[in-house]
Amino acid sequence: MPGSITSDVIKPPAPPRGGGGFGGGGGSDGRGASRRASMTGLFVLLAATTMAFAAFTSAYVVRRGMSNDWIAFPLPRILWVNSAVLMASSVLLEIARRSLKGGRRSEFNRYWTAGTALGVLFLLGQGWAWKELASAGIFVATNPSSSFFYLLTASHGLHILGGLTALVYVDVEALRLKLGPGKRTAVDVSAVFWHFVDGLWIYLMALFLVWG
Amino acid sequence: MSSPVIHAHHAPQGFIRRYVFSLDHKVIGIQYYFLALFSVLVGMSLSLLMRYHMIHPDAKVAWFAKLWPTAAQGGIMTPELYLSLMTMHGTIMVFFVLTTAPQSGFGNFFLPLQIGAEDMAFPVLNMLSFWTTFLALAVMVAAFFVQGGPPLAGWTAYPPLSAVPQAGPGEGLGQTLWIVSIAIFCGASLMGAINFIATTIDLRCQGMSLMRMPLTCWTWFVTAILGLLGFAVLLAAGVLLILDRSAGTSFFLPAGLLVSDQILNHKGGSPLLWQHLFWFFGHPEVYIAILPGMGVTSQILATFSRKPVFGYRAMVFAILGIGFLGFMVWGHHMFMSGMSPYSAMAFSVLTMAIGVPSAIKTFNWIGTIWGGRIHFTTAMMFALGFVSLFVTGGLSGIFLGQPALDLYFHDTYFVVGHFHMIMGVAAIFGMFAGTFYWFPKMFGRMLNETLGKIHFYTTFLGVYAIFTPMHFLGIAGNPRRYADFTNFDFLGKLLPVHFFMTQAAYFTAAVQILFFINLVWSLKNGKKAPMNPWNSTTLEWTVPSPPPFDNFAGHHPVVNHGPYEYSVPGAPRDYIMQTDPVDVHAA
Repeated sequence: MPGSITSDVIKPPAPPRGGGGFGGGGGSDGRGASRRASMTGLFVLLAATTMAFAAFTSAYVVRRGMSNDWIAFPLPRILWVNSAVLMASSVLLEIARRSLKGGRRSEFNRYWTAGTALGVLFLLGQGWAWKELASAGIFVATNPSSSFFYLLTASHGLHILGGLTALVYVDVEALRLKLGPGKRTAVDVSAVFWHFVDGLWIYLMALFLVWG
Repeated sequence: MSSPVIHAHHAPQGFIRRYVFSLDHKVIGIQYYFLALFSVLVGMSLSLLMRYHMIHPDAKVAWFAKLWPTAAQGGIMTPELYLSLMTMHGTIMVFFVLTTAPQSGFGNFFLPLQIGAEDMAFPVLNMLSFWTTFLALAVMVAAFFVQGGPPLAGWTAYPPLSAVPQAGPGEGLGQTLWIVSIAIFCGASLMGAINFIATTIDLRCQGMSLMRMPLTCWTWFVTAILGLLGFAVLLAAGVLLILDRSAGTSFFLPAGLLVSDQILNHKGGSPLLWQHLFWFFGHPEVYIAILPGMGVTSQILATFSRKPVFGYRAMVFAILGIGFLGFMVWGHHMFMSGMSPYSAMAFSVLTMAIGVPSAIKTFNWIGTIWGGRIHFTTAMMFALGFVSLFVTGGLSGIFLGQPALDLYFHDTYFVVGHFHMIMGVAAIFGMFAGTFYWFPKMFGRMLNETLGKIHFYTTFLGVYAIFTPMHFLGIAGNPRRYADFTNFDFLGKLLPVHFFMTQAAYFTAAVQILFFINLVWSLKNGKKAPMNPWNSTTLEWTVPSPPPFDNFAGHHPVVNHGPYEYSVPGAPRDYIMQTDPVDVHAA
């Protein structure tokens, strides 16, 4: 019934969308997560993480400022090594991403695996720092300064663990030669998340040094 | 030009993939809806027990003794039991009803439909978020069945009470389960928020610009942002509370606390720190509960007045304004905490500022129905009821936002009346409105209008009868959270008012049976719903009722019109669907 409005409530299909002004839909048929939506989702997740650490920070600053029982303790030296390791892993991942863009797959595999390994090394190093503190008799409940130290490193460590899961997933897919163009999103999402937790760690180090 | 691809999807066939661990946003929306329905029954039963106890504090009830052998020995409810019922009532209602149904329930079902998407951006995350919420509810309900029973600390879980396991029955395992459940719920809400935000930003169909989105989508979007920022902070605060309870830290616990004749080891912490963190989440939570109701109300008022929403743009900015200001007023919950009068003043001014977007919304709702051809459907009645309750509850907020007045009103029934009106009942009226409006689309059947109207009028009278007297009780100085008023001379005189409120509560609860009968009966026997029973304009009314698995059967809708083009001069009928051709006026 051409001309009648009621008859054609389901409109004839639109021409395929090219990423113009409106939402992209996903992939070829709109189902599932598109690259754009994945990036949006990632940044939304990072906003939530930032909020949680902002809350911890405000608790840290307030708790330190209002009482007279705060006793600072020297940070374990290995944290400096850990920081360097974490930053190096971010750099390696970035080199890996460039290699992938240039189509150099085996180079990508090498750098990505190395970056992931450094991530694991960072986590082990954090465990070492905890062990050092514990052997010096500094535990979670010893002092608010140590409570916050354990709390923040543990929360950060959980995010590292999540990031590592993603890195390992990408690595396994890459080594099994299953890293098709569709998985580029996974590469980018996990790399950006990793850079974020890297930056978060630098922020936490600054917090410990300035307010510790 | 290549021909467009029409690629319809079929629903998975297995029962489990289809109805239990479904990835379909519509099934997940209905799951959330029924989870909230179960929770509201539990929450309402608890409130009836509380209202009963307030007027019969000494009554011996045999089945109380059976249900709670220690907390109601001999059938008499202890004050601790009363407090635990109160805590669970508040918690279940706020988290599992008010946060769940309007946003996760209706939002999940209708956000993709209204913006022309086939599903949410991350269907697996969506399923996880529902089942995580389910887990949180299971853990919360488990608190009823552990030694000591549910916690006593209220839904706000103020330390020191909430942070000291030996502070009372329910403060042990019960409170631990409470915090764990809330932490799980935070995780679920964060997953949901990520999905809502990404879907709204990236999955809108062609032509669906932001300013063509129905106001419902705007409210779900802003609510998701509030949830994202708020629940992240609550999660952080919850972690600190758990550490104080179980790891011996002192974030919230000061020195020298004497609990059960024991001096605690904690020192240096501050209970106020919890209050700041909690209310930074807690105040936006109020808007998480009410904003979706505002969206539904706008949608329904326009539809049944056959008029465009008055001042659509202003409505959008009011929603954004409320969301933004919602994060800057948490201190008005803490006027009594000894904060500096200057801070109180700042929080008070910001609180009053929320009156501006709120008034814009109310003004525009009235502008929308003004001079309209109003159809008094049940959905419309509930939307009008929402406006009424929002105004009533909002006005008492102006009193509470003044530090000088709040010093008096704090912790009285005035506060209880205020927040039940605006956050509880108004939001629930939004849900009823949404149910009557969208039930045909969700289940393919119409709800019974006669039964619906009776339900509306009785509920409307009932809730005003329960909550209006609370304001007078508050002015008379009746404190909240007391289990028993009979031991105080000045409160004894107020007991008849409590008696009336309890009767009103029984009445209101009883008439909810009509709603459940309507729901169950109409699911099977309701009139078959056509595609667009209300002659509405938005995209969900362009697909069959209920919609097919992938919403648009592989088609990609194209939007040419704004969301509320009713009674447009020159148009062939009194509404223009969003997908109608551009030149519909000429037709």
